[in-house]
Amino acid sequence: MDTTTVPRNARPSSRVRTLLAVGAVGATALALAAAAATPLNPAPRQVKAATAAADGKRTLTVAVSQSVDSLSPFLAQRLVSTTVHRLIYENLTNYDTKDNHAIPGLATKWEPSPDKLTWTYTIRENSRWSDGKQATAEDAAWTFNTMMKDEGAATANGSFVANFKKVTAPTPTRLVIELKKPQATMAALDVPILPRHEWEKVGDFSKFNNDKKFPVVGNGPFVLTDYKVDQYVKFRPNQKFWRGAPKFDELVLKYYKDGDAAVAALRKGEVSFAANLTPAQAASLAASRNIKVNDAPGRRFYALATNPGARSKDGKKFGDGHPALLNPKVRQALFAATDRRTIVDKVFQGHAVEGEGYIPPRFSAYHWKPTAGQKIAYDPEKAAALLDEAGYKKNSAGKRVGKDGRPLDFRILCHAIDPNDKAVGKYLQEWWGDLGIGLKVDCRDNVSDPWLAGEYDLAFDGWSVNPDPDFVLSIHTCAALPSTPKDTGATDNFICDKKFDELYAKQTTEYDAAKRAGLVKQMQSRLYDTGYMNVMAYPNALEAYRTDQIKAITTMPESGGNIWGQDGYWSWWSAVPADGGDTSGESGSSTGLVIGIGAAVVLAAALGAFVAMRRRSTAEDRE
Amino acid sequence: MSTASTAPLAEGTADGPVPVKTGPSGPRARSARAYLLYVAGKLGGAAVSLFAVLVTSFFLFRIIPGDPVRTMTHGRQVSAEQLASLRHQFGLDLPVWQQFTGYCVKALSGDLGISYQFHAPVGELIAQKLPATLLLTGVAVVIYSVLGLWLGTRSAWHRGRLGDKVNTGVALTLWSVPSFWLGLLLIITFSVGIGPIPGMFPTGGMESGGATGFAYVADVAHHMALPVVTLVAVGYAQTLLVMRASLLDEMGSDYLTTARAKGLRDDLVRRHHAVPNALLPTVTMVFINLGHVAAGSILVETVFSWPGLGGLFYQALSVPDLPLVQGLFVVFAGAMILMNLLADLLYPLLDPRVGR
Repeated sequence: MDTTTVPRNARPSSRVRTLLAVGAVGATALALAAAAATPLNPAPRQVKAATAAADGKRTLTVAVSQSVDSLSPFLAQRLVSTTVHRLIYENLTNYDTKDNHAIPGLATKWEPSPDKLTWTYTIRENSRWSDGKQATAEDAAWTFNTMMKDEGAATANGSFVANFKKVTAPTPTRLVIELKKPQATMAALDVPILPRHEWEKVGDFSKFNNDKKFPVVGNGPFVLTDYKVDQYVKFRPNQKFWRGAPKFDELVLKYYKDGDAAVAALRKGEVSFAANLTPAQAASLAASRNIKVNDAPGRRFYALATNPGARSKDGKKFGDGHPALLNPKVRQALFAATDRRTIVDKVFQGHAVEGEGYIPPRFSAYHWKPTAGQKIAYDPEKAAALLDEAGYKKNSAGKRVGKDGRPLDFRILCHAIDPNDKAVGKYLQEWWGDLGIGLKVDCRDNVSDPWLAGEYDLAFDGWSVNPDPDFVLSIHTCAALPSTPKDTGATDNFICDKKFDELYAKQTTEYDAAKRAGLVKQMQSRLYDTGYMNVMAYPNALEAYRTDQIKAITTMPESGGNIWGQDGYWSWWSAVPADGGDTSGESGSSTGLVIGIGAAVVLAAALGAFVAMRRRSTAEDRE
Repeated sequence: MSTASTAPLAEGTADGPVPVKTGPSGPRARSARAYLLYVAGKLGGAAVSLFAVLVTSFFLFRIIPGDPVRTMTHGRQVSAEQLASLRHQFGLDLPVWQQFTGYCVKALSGDLGISYQFHAPVGELIAQKLPATLLLTGVAVVIYSVLGLWLGTRSAWHRGRLGDKVNTGVALTLWSVPSFWLGLLLIITFSVGIGPIPGMFPTGGMESGGATGFAYVADVAHHMALPVVTLVAVGYAQTLLVMRASLLDEMGSDYLTTARAKGLRDDLVRRHHAVPNALLPTVTMVFINLGHVAAGSILVETVFSWPGLGGLFYQALSVPDLPLVQGLFVVFAGAMILMNLLADLLYPLLDPRVGR
């Protein structure tokens, strides 16, 4: 075959071949180079994972999805970060697993002065930092003083020290906090106490993320040993923890950005625990061997918030809330036409409790229920009667119209990414539609803007409640309103009620726990009666763990409570490894690794053979 | 591509060396000068585009509704004073023009600012995650481009036959599959294991942690297998289809008849004459895809918990974390500009008519 007609130097094939070759070589080189150059600097880390089971190391792996915003307690605001801090640092106090009352943490006892303005904490003598130094009252005083003086250090927890006048440590075991005015939440200061000798070297607290030097010096039940952004956070047990060392040899928070992938990892045994399950995931896992699904009372409430007419502290009104909602009978009618049982059964598929008072039943000391006469039960007929009484009668077209001729057409703000909001919105459209009320379900990616501008009628609302209810109550006081319409206040939905405020002020200064709980219940009763905040349900926490890896674990509340996001370190500190179980969850991976590498080698060999054959077949033509 | 047939004929008829002058005013020098002018023009264009991106990124993300301070503190115990202090800390209390000039001055000196939510320099955050994204998406793009080129060529050459139908059918089917769904299926099948298929691969992440040297490279490769397969499966169809279409355009050309008349084997006609001329549109697309490499793939990164830039961008947008989102936008757009520039510089090498 004569191929000399194609000049060698003009052969376009060389370009194609080069391109393909460059592609193939590039892929390989990129893979190797990037793998080697990835900022993963695996220097002095504990070698484990694939060999963990062989080592007999018992690892507790928890699937998490939220990225750590900062490992500095001065900056961290996200739940995953504060959970990490709860494991590696002690707070002054902790919460009891039975009923959430304050119990000793770094402080063994705390007492107020007769004038209620000075609190004295006794600091325990048996808490040491993981570098061996004693944890003292001076560390606590330094932590609080830094937050009071430095704007950067106040980023996350500044609100805790807003009412502090002076903090001193007269002796290593005595911490004295002087207040500007009485404050009943002094046994609920959820602020990690930091080792002064490590932290006073930091220059700018607003930029220090505490994520470069490991292990991190702390005095909690665990010591943070390693962290890779969005990959894992690793801990070893603090053998000298004053309450006793955790029982697992290692705790790993491992990242799964997708819930279904986390469930697959749990099924496989790569993780020991996964939280935030959907009802469908929980149902599917319930049938699996060696997996226990925990359907526990949650700490959130899910409510219907009503715009009471947005206003600022300077008395200016703004926003465009529907004026009919200022009529209490209309608000009562809307809630009476909201079938909470159906919402629990159909939307939450049974994984929730019907809503009543503002604070969920999980916090038994503060939970309140309306009396029989007070309760607004589901009763569409009564709702219709209330609307008639309020002057909103049905017209010939079946629409409720006010005396001014304006129909009852409402908008409800819904979070576009929340399927529950959308589902409840559809039910409300149906139920309220039967009454002659129009409803536009306004789902948005960002509800903040209309919310803050008061440009809504109703909204789906929900908050996670702390053991101390002060904060979730404070967001409904007049003091939380924005200063001017241009400002942003801490208010939730612009509620400003004199009676509620009076009760709030009283509970703030009431140091007797029982009396304070009584005041908090009165506040909830008032909130219920005003009808601007109607709790529809308390969603459950759905989570699951492997019983062949975790033999026992403490829930909170102890009886039938949840595991992830507790107030305290109880779950991971108390977890007991299952006997003889493969706790690493990675042994399957090591087999897989071998198979995977084998497959890659075979693939590469096949590719090589193929290319060689191609080259040989055309060798003649190239000559 | 109808005009493309003239070039190979010219090349094909240049049977033997063409006499050229070697002096400074000869055609070669003129050609080199033309190429340099072409390169300078492209470089200038890229620089202008990059500057436009820098300016646009500032205003683009300020149109997005949302108050970063409120979003970040939502659900937390914060006082009005704390909110004001955060606004001051982020510089959000300054007039927009002051924020803009500050941003421009810093950006031109290479400082992209401090992320609101991560309290770390944006450059550092991007550098932390860029290698993971480049590794995953880069490998996938290179593999699916090569695979698409090869399969597209075969499909076109054997158009209408069973192989072509199966090839394009499979590719189109996979292209229509949502990547997160395919990823989950692969996790369930090959990570967890179904029936006789054992769980061979990890369910997510980039490494198990702790390994060094070759073990580390193998560990990363092991974690990377399924996400790469997912990206390749849903991505190779576009290269295949473009390559197939542009090769079909070439196949009726006279120069191929000439090549066959000269007695060349069909295989050679395809590889030496048809494919090189059909490459240009495909190369453009490959470089566009390479430009997307930096942006990663949010869905695949999420399903496989791959610690890349896609996820970071999503987190930045949801606040919005303005410095971070601006920085990422500049990097993504910069990568695209760079790849387009590279494609532009490569064209004259693939097709000598370009740049003359």
